[in-house]
Amino acid sequence: MIQDKKAHMFGMVIDLDKCTGCGSCTVSCMAENNIPFKEDESNKKDSLTWMRVYKVSNGKSFPDTQTAYLPRPCQHCGGKGDHGHSPCVTVCPATATDYGYDTGIVSQIYTRCFGCRYCMAACPYHARYFNWWDPVWPEGMEKYLSPNVSPRMRGVVEKCSFCYHRYQLAREQAYYNETDEIAEDAYQTACTTACPAGAIIFGDLNNPSHKIHQIVKPDPHPDPLNHDVVRKSRNPKVFRLLERLGTNPKVYYMSEREWIRKLGDSYLNGEWEKVKNHYGSASHD
Amino acid sequence: MSEIENKTEHGSMDGTKECAAGDPKNDTALGLGVIFFILAFLICFLSGWLLFPKLLYSKHEQPFDFDHALHVQETGDCESCHYLREDGTFSGIPETESCLDCHTDEPMGTTEDEAIFAAEYVAKGREVPWYVYAKQPDCVFFSHAAHITAAGMDCITCHGPIGESISSRPYEENRLTGYSRDIWGRNIWGIKKNTWDSMKMDDCAACHQEETGHKGYCFQCHK
Repeated sequence: MIQDKKAHMFGMVIDLDKCTGCGSCTVSCMAENNIPFKEDESNKKDSLTWMRVYKVSNGKSFPDTQTAYLPRPCQHCGGKGDHGHSPCVTVCPATATDYGYDTGIVSQIYTRCFGCRYCMAACPYHARYFNWWDPVWPEGMEKYLSPNVSPRMRGVVEKCSFCYHRYQLAREQAYYNETDEIAEDAYQTACTTACPAGAIIFGDLNNPSHKIHQIVKPDPHPDPLNHDVVRKSRNPKVFRLLERLGTNPKVYYMSEREWIRKLGDSYLNGEWEKVKNHYGSASHD
Repeated sequence: MSEIENKTEHGSMDGTKECAAGDPKNDTALGLGVIFFILAFLICFLSGWLLFPKLLYSKHEQPFDFDHALHVQETGDCESCHYLREDGTFSGIPETESCLDCHTDEPMGTTEDEAIFAAEYVAKGREVPWYVYAKQPDCVFFSHAAHITAAGMDCITCHGPIGESISSRPYEENRLTGYSRDIWGRNIWGIKKNTWDSMKMDDCAACHQEETGHKGYCFQCHK
């Protein structure tokens, strides 16, 4: 482990009350990361969508029906206790994916992956995709591919990288300017910059001056109800997907509506009532 | 006794008979066998060692010869032509336009190679399609700024004394991977005497381990 006191922990908070489900994040992600697409994208088992927008509903009939959209990038799990043992990283037999302790970002190395898809089975968020075919772009479009992201071949797994190449470029700029600081706006993901509603906020969870830190207010102490869960938000509107698994995702969601927050996990009868008002550890409000 | 047991017993008995009968007669055959084995091993070994590299790499000549020594003498250092841009990225091989600071479509010297450059590229306003010896595979991210500015390394550590070359050697491409031969290095065994002899991942990792105490996480150098 690199002993770096100034280690970053990049994360994202998505405001589900602002998200209109327009899909700009998905489109910008595909353009930015050289993600191939097919003429018919209706078969969602075959399509590659690093950033996928799910439609969720409160399940009630008119006039109480409510709908929301939930964009889902890779959650960049820190694993139990945030020690870097993400579900996908621990199962990979090829070390094709690792946890960056300096950034908190889970990598995916396409040239190292041999396509066993254990990681896809391990990921509780369906964030990983398999390339069933070699990528093909409409004629001429390959000239618009980004040189900063390597295209993938048939037979390997790929996923959202939090636009890591943008972090690499921001670091290069910082080296050139002979500084260690990477400004908040120097590194932003493609989906964040493309969202017309401003629903996605990206930044360093370890940096109190970043907007994401101020919204999420990550709890420095483990959850007293479940010690595997750390960095729980102390904002009552903020939740994570399947938080009680202890995967410790770095993607947070935010909503005023209780039914959406409840959808973030599966609860037994009466369980939701016990946990719904528990934000972070009680002793550190 | 079951059928299987019968079979194994017969089988093993047959085997011992053959061995016992074969031993005294086969002395000369054994000697010939050893000689044949050694010869075959040598032929395979030498052809693998000497012919395989020739088969593995295809050679490409550069569009024309470039005299690094002369240009370094004229301009003073590497950075005059290969520099960091203001956004921190590396310019790499210069565009024809930056050569126009000195060159025109009339050759300055008398070499045939410069005449080609002036006539084919400067006069026609085209870029020279150089083969890049140090070109890394597509999945590699390499920051020159991190190594030059932050780590204070010299060009020669990785690129060798290319500034002293007076002509361009042929570019050799690995037929299987499409990578430049400079990545693996000239030595087919991967043995290196100088830091610039090869530029593969293990070389990066070894230096990172030594200098920073850690090989780095995957995404430090991959994209």
